[in-house]
Amino acid sequence: MHAIEKLLAFKAGKQSVATGEIVNCDIDVAGINDLYLQTVRSFYEMGGTKVFDPDKIVMFFDHYAPCATVMQADNHKHFRAFCQEQGIKKLMDINQGVCHQILADKGWVYPGEIVIVTDSHTTTHGAFGAFGTGVGATDLATIMVTGKLWFMVPEIIRINLTGKLPKGVYAKDVILKIIGDLGADYAVYKAVEFAGPVMKEFSISERMCLCNMTTEMGAKACYIQPDEITLAYLADKVTAPYKIYETDPGYQYAADLTYDVSNFVPQVAVPFSVDNVTDLAKQAGTQLNQAYLGSCTGGRTQDIAIAAQILQGKHIAPNMRMILVPASKAVLEECLAKGYIQTLLAAGVTLTATGCAACLGIHQGLLAEGETCISSTNRNFPGRMGHNKAHIFLASPASVAASALHGVITDPREEL
Amino acid sequence: MQTIAKGRAFVFGKNIDTDQIYPGIFVEITDPEDVAKHAMAGADKDFVNKFKKGDIIVAGTNFGCGSSREHAAITLKGVGVGAIIAESFGRIFFRNAINLGVPVITCKNISSLVKEGDTVSVNIATGVIKNETTGATAKAVPMSDYVMNILQSGGIKAMIKEQLAQGK
Repeated sequence: MHAIEKLLAFKAGKQSVATGEIVNCDIDVAGINDLYLQTVRSFYEMGGTKVFDPDKIVMFFDHYAPCATVMQADNHKHFRAFCQEQGIKKLMDINQGVCHQILADKGWVYPGEIVIVTDSHTTTHGAFGAFGTGVGATDLATIMVTGKLWFMVPEIIRINLTGKLPKGVYAKDVILKIIGDLGADYAVYKAVEFAGPVMKEFSISERMCLCNMTTEMGAKACYIQPDEITLAYLADKVTAPYKIYETDPGYQYAADLTYDVSNFVPQVAVPFSVDNVTDLAKQAGTQLNQAYLGSCTGGRTQDIAIAAQILQGKHIAPNMRMILVPASKAVLEECLAKGYIQTLLAAGVTLTATGCAACLGIHQGLLAEGETCISSTNRNFPGRMGHNKAHIFLASPASVAASALHGVITDPREEL
Repeated sequence: MQTIAKGRAFVFGKNIDTDQIYPGIFVEITDPEDVAKHAMAGADKDFVNKFKKGDIIVAGTNFGCGSSREHAAITLKGVGVGAIIAESFGRIFFRNAINLGVPVITCKNISSLVKEGDTVSVNIATGVIKNETTGATAKAVPMSDYVMNILQSGGIKAMIKEQLAQGK
């Protein structure tokens, strides 16, 4: 069996499972985002009265925090009342950040867990050897009532990364290259594992970026075998015992792919789909209005550090705006302590509250018709960050910073 | 749940994401009746004026990819979609639709068999799809018994409610 299968089998109370089998599993973390008051509605519509275990439920105010409209404020108000009524103590209010980053910062995600959040990018938690997947509001309500959720045991694809990553090329470039190569629906219903020697070069931050973006190739879940890098990250965060599963030798992957990253160059996803990927150099010179640095994909300390390095002592181009959204309170505090925020403010960057912000086109930096943005986020669909005819180019944080500096899409290797 | 859905086809391409089915700017809306007013607004602003209860959506691969927002399934249920037939579905959208009792039918070659405005019927139990305008037929990829059971219960809310009532 694969490690993911062993994990699902254990949580379903079974000795073994097979691909395609439907299993009902105990859920360790059930996260609700503020967009989905439907979760509470569905809970009551099902006949729910008390949640199965208030300590396993986390409420995240991230997608519109702080609120930009009265309707949003009203939704938060209802959620606060629900948490109070149900004894849910883990209410991550508007100062805390994006759900996935909070789970990592607080040590609430670790190997062997099943993490379910009402957010499609829950694949992120494969970076910790957990089974993470996104669901809708009513699935989450099912967990609130029963403590369990059903899954089909997925086929698993392994992607081996070999070679040496060149300077100026990051995890974001690697995953964009792979999505461009395989397509937005390559891994629908399947799980993706990353393996190979390059994983030893990737920090937890970069591993989270890789796993996060597998959602954009349709993946149900992602997996990276926990190693010394994982254990070092968890050491001062997690006190609970956890179990690391290992894949049996000879496990048959649905596909086993290898990419040598040695010749990789900075990548960009061109509007309007995440798999419309090309070498960034081919788009160099494209006129920009906005640069956006943030999100569960590209708003961590390491991402902000590289932007600060590129913009140190410089200023973003005239007629350009750059928006910085640290992924969480912990990220913001660390970046303040290290001086990155101060550097970026001096460079003309606009700092906004932590959270999802304009990544999904709700508030804090929307685009007008015909405007163009380079972004460290995960989606460039029509209308994703504002007007349907605004253009979003997805790239690494380094590419975002280098492009902000010049006001046109710029190869970051020129600035390092 | 009705076993046979029959209606006019509204045809879309591949990778229709949930921002096109239900744009992010409207996600703060929680009342299902209001959610229904913005169906497919990111792809076709006039959709809600043209679409009639019982009509059918036909799409290419990966329909409903992207965000987990259940609004995407709620809005299509709200406009009374008879069935959604696509070559494949984004997995969260698929689950959301099944949970709400909306038939989501996977058919590998549906795009080549149906044009906008054709009348299409689908037998949800047997998976037999017919283009009533051209006479062409196709077969759906069978659903698992587990999923079919949720659909035939009228969605997962009804199913859980029944289980709670029986003390399970």
